[in-house]
Amino acid sequence: MTQYLNFEKPLAEIEGKAEELRAMARQNEEMDVEQEAKALDKKASDLLVELYKSLTPWRKCQVARHPERPHCQDYISALFTEFTPLAGDRNFAEDDAVMGGLARFNDQPVMVIGHEKGNDTKSRIERNFGMARPEGYRKAIRLMEMADKFGLPIITLVDTPGAYPGKGAEERGQSEAIARSTEKCLQVRVPLISVVIGEGGSGGAVAFATANRVAMLEHSVYSVISPEGCASILWKDAEKMREAAEALRLTAQDLAQLGVNDRIIREPMGGAHRDRDAAIKSVGAAISEMLAELAKLSGDKLVQQRRKKFLDLGSKGLAA
Amino acid sequence: MNWITNYVRPRINSIFSRREVPENLWTKCDECGTMLFHRELAENLNVCTHCDHHMGITPRARFEALFDGGIFVDVKVPAPIADPLHFKDQKKYPDRMKAAQKKTGEKEAMLVAEGEIGRTPVICAAQDFSFMGGSMGMYVGNAIIAAAQRAVDLKRPLILFSAAGGARMQEGILSLMQMPRTTVAIQMLKEANLPYIVVLTHPTTGGVTASYAMLGDVQIAEPNALICFAGPRVIEQTIREKLPEGFQRAEYLLDHGMLDRVTSRTKMREELIGIVRMLMGLPPAITGELPKPDDMPAIEKPKNTPSK
Repeated sequence: MTQYLNFEKPLAEIEGKAEELRAMARQNEEMDVEQEAKALDKKASDLLVELYKSLTPWRKCQVARHPERPHCQDYISALFTEFTPLAGDRNFAEDDAVMGGLARFNDQPVMVIGHEKGNDTKSRIERNFGMARPEGYRKAIRLMEMADKFGLPIITLVDTPGAYPGKGAEERGQSEAIARSTEKCLQVRVPLISVVIGEGGSGGAVAFATANRVAMLEHSVYSVISPEGCASILWKDAEKMREAAEALRLTAQDLAQLGVNDRIIREPMGGAHRDRDAAIKSVGAAISEMLAELAKLSGDKLVQQRRKKFLDLGSKGLAA
Repeated sequence: MNWITNYVRPRINSIFSRREVPENLWTKCDECGTMLFHRELAENLNVCTHCDHHMGITPRARFEALFDGGIFVDVKVPAPIADPLHFKDQKKYPDRMKAAQKKTGEKEAMLVAEGEIGRTPVICAAQDFSFMGGSMGMYVGNAIIAAAQRAVDLKRPLILFSAAGGARMQEGILSLMQMPRTTVAIQMLKEANLPYIVVLTHPTTGGVTASYAMLGDVQIAEPNALICFAGPRVIEQTIREKLPEGFQRAEYLLDHGMLDRVTSRTKMREELIGIVRMLMGLPPAITGELPKPDDMPAIEKPKNTPSK
């Protein structure tokens, strides 16, 4: 059972009708509804193409946050072998909003780190909806250091609404942890690849995505602030999130023009959640291409390339 | 008598009231409400002489008090492209910029200068909260990179005074990208083994705190400055409980191990001179009355600047 987004309601109706017809036919063998159902299927798939042909930025945010969208955990279990989670920041706690550990990608040992939002009420609470506390970033720093020491490429999967705005998180230095994580990303002498698989929420995303190569899924978003937050500050009305999403230019397509992401990974028609396996496969292909691009670069070159990439940002704006 | 009360007195009064009284001669302290005479307040660096409350201060006023003899030279900051996203909320971004420039008389939200403090050559950068909340956009990023580059070129320490609500939303993702960009700048300083001192002033929040403002070798804050990643209102909405008194204030952060020191603005100069000279391996600063510097400031002529 697919969960439909608000703007997909007309689609839900058509697909529901087709489903109903077929259910009726199953109970009554004399009925032949296949032709009618097929016509509905066709109508539904046409509508899906129509809807997804030009998603507005706000709709993209909704797709990026779709609860059935593949999450970090799904990518790790499908694309990596021998995943060995490593826990804890060695200072205070383990943070389940950040997954990380050793794994093999196409048999090559790597370090994989990512935000995990969880997929049901229980796991979402455990994972704190993918909002990391300082410990999550400090764990990531520790794992990046380990990868650097042993020459393992680092792959980060970004999917977070942002760093957790909590009392304890602030007391334990949320901002310092993020700053150090970004700093560590810029220091490591191994290839660092980042894929924004869902939401790239502000500083919490930068802390992982300061990479040699940044890829974004077609319907993922990456922004300095959530459209709701921006609307409530600049429009003084959180309901103006559509306008804010438009103004912030947070889609993978706009960001590619600005040079923030190096590539856009195509999603199956109707978003990654409609064909999870295909989406995961495309991400896998993109990761192996990006790893190959960086394989020949020395440690110095990798650090230089990363620095230059970020220093050069902002030299081009968007076309009017 | 009527002639006096009805004619003479009003005339006398009107002559006196017509005399121009300059506005803003007195400033009311935001904290204790004491009326403070403007000259006295400025001399005390906008710190209330009654309750020691630290009010906002512009980068220029701060530098005039900080550098020897009030002499400093602006470091040139490369101008970024204007309004890269063609951002429009209820106002257009270029209009907001113009309004801020008119209000402050400054080009942007950060001022970078070189000069000497206690005869110690330094580079200083200060963020201007009165300019669009001191927000970090591409210009501020460029300013920090220029400051770090200048410090590396001249082998001087960098002292940065932060004050910002966070990233500049009107530049969208490009403002967020100033987090890694400024971090690269700080790394250049560290690789050159040059001291980087951060003075956090009220308020320093959001992406600014989560990048260059937290990466100092020494972290000093002004008393009672709000320093945080997520603001108190956001946290209260998230956890639905009242926050303790003084939460996210400088003294609270000091207690939680996030700062080295909390220092009053009036004592800051002396302290910075001491720290910088020790980190640079220089002899103790000479205290007491120094002879006035010569006409020309004792600093190198900036490279690539055409002579006027």
